[in-house]
Amino acid sequence: MDKKPDRDKLIHVSPEVAIAEADVRSEEAGEFVRGTSLWRDAWRRLLKNKLAVFGLVVVAIVTLASLLGPTLIKRTFGFTPDYIPTDDIRLTRSFPPFTGPDGEFTWEHPMGTDNAGRDQFARVLQGGQISLFVGIIATLVSLLIGVGYGAIAGYFGGRLDNVMMRIVDVLYSLPYIIVVIVLLSMFRSQTPRGQLILLFIALGSVSWLTMARIVRGQVLSLKNQEFVLAARATGVSGTRIIFRHLVPNTLGPVIVYATLTIPQIMLTEAFLSFLGFGVQAPLASWGSLAADGVQNIAIFPWQLIFPGVTMALTLFSLNFLGDGLRDALDPQMRTV
Amino acid sequence: MLRFIVRRLLVTIPTILVVITITWGLIKLAPGNFYSGEKRLPPAIEKSIREKYGLDKPWYQQYGKTMWSIIRHLDFGTSLRFEGQSVNTIIRRSLPVSAAIGILAYLLALIVGITVGSIAALKQNSKWDYSSMALAMLGISVPNFVLGPILVLVFSLGLYWLPPSRWGGFPSRNLILPVLTLSAIYMAYIARLTRAGMLEVLRSDYIRTARAKGLRERDVVIRHALRGGLMPVISYTGPALAFLLTGTVVVERIFALPGLGNYFIQASLNRDEPLIIGIVAFIAITLLLMNLLVDIAYAFLDPRVRYQ
Amino acid sequence: MTLDSPPNQNLLEVRSLRTYFDTEDGIVKAVDDVSFQLKRGETLGIVGESGSGKSVANLSIIRLVPDPPGKIVSGEVIFNGSDLLLLPNEAIRKIRGRRIAMIFQDPMTSLNPFMKISRQLMEMTRLHLGHSKTQAYDHAVKMLETVGIPDARSRADNYPHEFSGGMRQRVMIAMALSCEPELLIADEPTTALDVTIQAQILELIKKLKRETGTSVILITHDLGVVAGMTDHVLVMYAGKIFEQARTAELFSLPGNPYTKGLLRSVPDPTAEQGKLYQIPGLPPDVAHLKPGCPFAPRCDRVEEICHREFPPFVQVGVDHYSLCHFAREVYIESGGTRVEV
Repeated sequence: MDKKPDRDKLIHVSPEVAIAEADVRSEEAGEFVRGTSLWRDAWRRLLKNKLAVFGLVVVAIVTLASLLGPTLIKRTFGFTPDYIPTDDIRLTRSFPPFTGPDGEFTWEHPMGTDNAGRDQFARVLQGGQISLFVGIIATLVSLLIGVGYGAIAGYFGGRLDNVMMRIVDVLYSLPYIIVVIVLLSMFRSQTPRGQLILLFIALGSVSWLTMARIVRGQVLSLKNQEFVLAARATGVSGTRIIFRHLVPNTLGPVIVYATLTIPQIMLTEAFLSFLGFGVQAPLASWGSLAADGVQNIAIFPWQLIFPGVTMALTLFSLNFLGDGLRDALDPQMRTV
Repeated sequence: MLRFIVRRLLVTIPTILVVITITWGLIKLAPGNFYSGEKRLPPAIEKSIREKYGLDKPWYQQYGKTMWSIIRHLDFGTSLRFEGQSVNTIIRRSLPVSAAIGILAYLLALIVGITVGSIAALKQNSKWDYSSMALAMLGISVPNFVLGPILVLVFSLGLYWLPPSRWGGFPSRNLILPVLTLSAIYMAYIARLTRAGMLEVLRSDYIRTARAKGLRERDVVIRHALRGGLMPVISYTGPALAFLLTGTVVVERIFALPGLGNYFIQASLNRDEPLIIGIVAFIAITLLLMNLLVDIAYAFLDPRVRYQ
Repeated sequence: MTLDSPPNQNLLEVRSLRTYFDTEDGIVKAVDDVSFQLKRGETLGIVGESGSGKSVANLSIIRLVPDPPGKIVSGEVIFNGSDLLLLPNEAIRKIRGRRIAMIFQDPMTSLNPFMKISRQLMEMTRLHLGHSKTQAYDHAVKMLETVGIPDARSRADNYPHEFSGGMRQRVMIAMALSCEPELLIADEPTTALDVTIQAQILELIKKLKRETGTSVILITHDLGVVAGMTDHVLVMYAGKIFEQARTAELFSLPGNPYTKGLLRSVPDPTAEQGKLYQIPGLPPDVAHLKPGCPFAPRCDRVEEICHREFPPFVQVGVDHYSLCHFAREVYIESGGTRVEV
């Protein structure tokens, strides 16, 4: 599909008409450029992809459950994720799923309890809160850095672009994570909240590289579209062009990549927490829950399995959703 | 080609130095120190410890001393926690463990991943394709610290087939579970990469020409398609190695293996400055060199790039 | 349709070929009831715009149509007496390259960039003729010399990107003719090349044809190419044959408005300065063809019946047929004399 409007036509015609022509021509050719129909088309295509829909549904369920779950459980059973039953000593140990103190069936603990008697289900859901929260915020951080970096490099081009991209290349081949681990181990925050902020920054700074590359590529190719040049040359306000054409074009790959970054970051946070550098007690993420669970894998395997499987399921769904988004927004983007 | 290599090497050296400096800086800037932990030591003892390890000197002197011995002799000093053992010795001892697991895991990932991905591409949209790609997606989604213990649960504690942990030398049955755990995610990713790469190549004009020449489909795939289709996998090797590293760290912790990763985590938790710097530098050098090798290999394999 | 020559003279006979593609937009009838013959030793030109089905028709002959989404739905392709569409896969594979060879439009992407061209050439003869490595290599060098690659022996071990576009196409021709096939199908062999090189390549094909007696099907969108090269011409549009005739007659006495439009579009340096003629409109969306004649929306002598009824395939002269409601009228307007059939 030829994306460039006819150069000769643009030059001999007034600027307003040029822009209008660009709009019309893009409508004729059904280009990717036109903002509104892009989203509708993409949404339709996404819905046709059953796996992506499955992913979307599961993610929605998990998110809702994480947000509302702990409150619901508190209302019905009275357990909070931290609740340690102090009245009955028999209850301060790890029960398998759906089992009570005397081995009888009970609805109280669908995922069992941990060594201190805390309800696993509530803990897993709360862990979900933290894991998802960290994943999304850190992705936003990496988005901000990446989009900013990439846009600047792409827009200014030339030597600045060269230098900036060289830096990215070098950073790409470095053991970033190793340095991040050093950072996290040296600067352990006193408060769990502080630790979270540290994590956002650390995780966000690991993932921005590819985003920067993608955004830079998009900006570069858009910069050279002739209708942009024509608009700028004639002094016509570029705002309309920018918002109706440039933004939707960049937004696509950015959304796709962001959706695929979230599971990556969640995985990284999980393994950092697993090693002890991530989320601190009393806050728990799936990673730290897994770390706790591994200790007792031989006797109480459910302590690892439930957080682990929940996490795997969520990541699985996020990945399918990301794939589906990529296919829907631009089938040509597919590299993996 | 030679100029390219020399240029890359020239960039590598200052990069490593910068990495070391940053690491050193982070350690020095951080509050606390390696010898105290929870308890406060009596001032006299603290003073003598600081003197012993040269911590009483001004920071630029410490920096200079550290960098000098690194640059001059490649000597990273002695570990602060593991009494008397030089960092270089520790690295030398633990490297083979990590290398063994890492290399085996990657080889396994390549063999299985490329095979599965190729077949999926050839039988596009078949049951084999869908199921193997779904499995691959699962492989990417299950964290290695979940997979590892589950494998242990099943194969060691459940079936008694394999030992659950500890290093048993090379080769030994102790290797199997760690290698599998580490390899899983890469197997999955490589399978997907291969499938995508092969599909792309199989659509290209020169494959059509090969078929028009009357070649057997088998020859078309192996002799013509594979070469181009595997390019993405080769260029993935660079970043893969970096991730492999972090995966090794987790696997070594889970299976209690005395590898580089495990020592690194220990050192970080202990604030063992020389050891941290030593391992970080070593890893950085290895990664940069491996990336260079991958780039050279890529250039060799693609004749279009070779003649630049 | 009547045959103008006895059956045993025909090297290739395509009958009612239909190749359809199953796409998101619906079923695309890329080739819809196409029939033609090719006599031994002749050159047949197939002319059409993009999307006319000319390439797909020829890919169908050697069954290289990607399946899915394409499928040869019906028809017969008789090559030397046997129907290629009925042969088992092994058999058709043996014919490809050995007895029917095909060269494609873009030599840059049609050669394997990762393989030395000597190896790409040797593959053919080692497979089909059972050559040993040395035999194949020598044969490859000889072929390269035949197509005019200078310094063939030393350049044989080069990679495709080390050759210019014209040279690459020569290499493709060398590869195609390695096993001395009976039929060469050339799909737009010069479209991607410079004009000067175009002429060279066409001359080369003509020369090789003379020397080896290979029959040739030449596919192109450029009527100029067809003029000097072919004995017969087919004009295709929207998957159907709109006109077929001997080359000279097609150019001098066209019997179809589409053909006339094409002829007018060829720039004539001797004509006075004025607008360049272009057939108005765009090629049709083959997935959603309206009833009636596919060319009706663009035709300059369209009438009401053209939108309603599909045109008949009419014989307007000896060896000359046209798909049009007014075939005879157009033919006579061009200067032809009425033929009673």
